[in-house]
Amino acid sequence: MRPWRDRTGVFETLDYDHVTIDTSHGPMLYMEDITVSFDGFKALNNLTLTIDDGELRCIIGPNGAGKTTMMDVITGKTRPDSGTVFLGQTLDLLKMSETQISRVGIGRKFQKPTVFENLEVRENLALAMKGPRSVWRALVIKLTGDQRDTIDDVLNTIGLTAQSLNLAGGLSHGQKQWLEIGMLLVQQPRLLLVDEPVAGMTHAETERTAELLTQLAGERSVVVIEHDMEFVRSIARTVTVLHEGSVLAEGSMSEVQQNPRVVEVYLGD
Amino acid sequence: MLMRHLYNDVGGNILLALVLASALIVPTCNLLFPDDSIFHVSTYTVTVLGKYLCFALLALALDLVWGYCGILSLGHGAFFALGGYAMGMYLMRQIGSRGVYGNVDLPDFMVFLNWSELPWYWMGFDHFWLAMSMVLLVPGTLAYVFGWLAFRSRVTGVYLSIITQALTYALMLAFFRNEMGFGGNNGLTDFKDILGFDLLSDNTRAALFVLSASALGGAYIGCRAIVNSRLGKVVIALRDAESRVRSIGYRVESYKLWIFTFSAVLAGIAGALYVPQVGIINPGEFQPLNSIEYVIWVAVGGRGTLYGAVLGAVLVNYAKTSFTAILPEVWLFALGGLFVLVTLFLPRGVVGLIRRKGGGT
Ligand SMILES: Nc1ncnc2c1ncn2[C@@H]1O[C@H](COP(=O)(O)OP(=O)(O)OP(=O)(O)O)[C@@H](O)[C@H]1O
Ligand SMILES: [Mg+2]
Repeated sequence: MRPWRDRTGVFETLDYDHVTIDTSHGPMLYMEDITVSFDGFKALNNLTLTIDDGELRCIIGPNGAGKTTMMDVITGKTRPDSGTVFLGQTLDLLKMSETQISRVGIGRKFQKPTVFENLEVRENLALAMKGPRSVWRALVIKLTGDQRDTIDDVLNTIGLTAQSLNLAGGLSHGQKQWLEIGMLLVQQPRLLLVDEPVAGMTHAETERTAELLTQLAGERSVVVIEHDMEFVRSIARTVTVLHEGSVLAEGSMSEVQQNPRVVEVYLGD
Repeated sequence: MLMRHLYNDVGGNILLALVLASALIVPTCNLLFPDDSIFHVSTYTVTVLGKYLCFALLALALDLVWGYCGILSLGHGAFFALGGYAMGMYLMRQIGSRGVYGNVDLPDFMVFLNWSELPWYWMGFDHFWLAMSMVLLVPGTLAYVFGWLAFRSRVTGVYLSIITQALTYALMLAFFRNEMGFGGNNGLTDFKDILGFDLLSDNTRAALFVLSASALGGAYIGCRAIVNSRLGKVVIALRDAESRVRSIGYRVESYKLWIFTFSAVLAGIAGALYVPQVGIINPGEFQPLNSIEYVIWVAVGGRGTLYGAVLGAVLVNYAKTSFTAILPEVWLFALGGLFVLVTLFLPRGVVGLIRRKGGGT
């Protein structure tokens, strides 16, 4: 058991829904010397990584390389033993709770899609929207015109405009994944973390997802973990290869593929 | 969005029309047509139909928590009975000196127990409005406290059902005791009048019928508004994927708590309307079996549609009235069999069957 550290008391006075992320002189996300150990085993070992504003980054690496653990650290789910994580120049993520981190603008999509099957696609998005969460407000609240527009935009982006009034339960596996991405988008994140988005998707769905993620980058930073190499090749500008908890190589897909250490790790696997 | 929902609720609109029509027609046929007219509806029938309306309201309340929020309450009979007792206490005090012992202040059973004064918790029940606020407050408060404890400790599923069942059982045992001051196993009965109107008169019966219909119609509209609001969507979402709802920032416990409490209040109102029509309330209403029967009504009608619950309550009770007239000892078996059949073959109840046949949504 690692000691339990209370981070929630810090920055209590900040309104996390309206914090601005300062990327004027640097990256969107900055991780330095992150080490995470589980019972002596180092899942992350002095990991250092930066993600630029608007960048689309793919993270690859063999099973157990620490990819998911890295996302857990960013979202506050796992606390590192040492290291620093900053969002923009000012926000020290290690001092914030999971909820605060999500409200400040980091959206994470888990591997298994969970959408609300008995609600319409639109309603799924409305529920995920930023805004009051109390029971009494929920009884009377109506979407504002702006919010409707946001939802329409997101529906358009994720390609579910035609299905907007269908129950989410009737969507295909791929469509559910997109809807879940949409549920993150309505919260207007600045950094989107996506873990294995195309697992279980058909070929057409995979292509559509590649388009979607490419389109999402630019306005926000997107970090994608994926095993499907063809998919990674189709979207990636920069690829980071993780191995045994640290960065093994970084660069364009072709650079990375020619790197002898990467070849060794993948072939030896 | 709201208009679309109202427009789509065909079943609900039919139900409201039927409730309104019966509120107008049944009392008219009872009061205006002479006994020998073919249009005459007997006072007995008015009372039976009035009872159905109360049961329908109870089923509606149960469907809100079970069908929409996923809380299978096997203790709704307790809230119904508590509402009934609050009304019964008012009616008891209205008897005044007309009881067997002629005591102005004490109900007969208290005189019989040699009590010399009214227990504190009976104070004020001679005031109609105080008693009526207790009809809402007592079930509401109990549900709030119970729910607060249960939901905060994240008790869900079967465990929750079992403790709701334990709740109603415990209350039954308590109300059976004479010392509790609620008339022991005889309960409260021999009521004379309500707000000065004779409970046995046709006019009073008709008025109670109209009130029950209005309560059902009003509650239906209220529940539908809740279900169609953001609140309702959150509740449906948490029924299906609770942790996901929590992860997008909703406090799941408070949502469950308020729905549960509101539902308990509706059940209390149903109980309060039921008691003056049947003329008695006793601890039997707390029987665990009753609460299970209410769940069967909702399952038979079709959970998660609101109007399905109403339909189920009426259908099952009609069957019960007919059955018990011919073969009373078979009723429980028939009910059990019905539940098994519905669970196996009609997971969405009669409503599901109608929708499938109609090919509609
Ligand atoms: N909570 C935990 N307790 C103990 N060990 C853990 C825990 N979480 C992860 N690990 C270990 O840390 C290592 C890194 O795991 P992680 O899930 O980050 O790998 P990954 O790169 O996402 O792998 P995959 O490609 O299989 O998803 C693995 O060896 C895993 O067994
Ligand atoms: Mg992983």
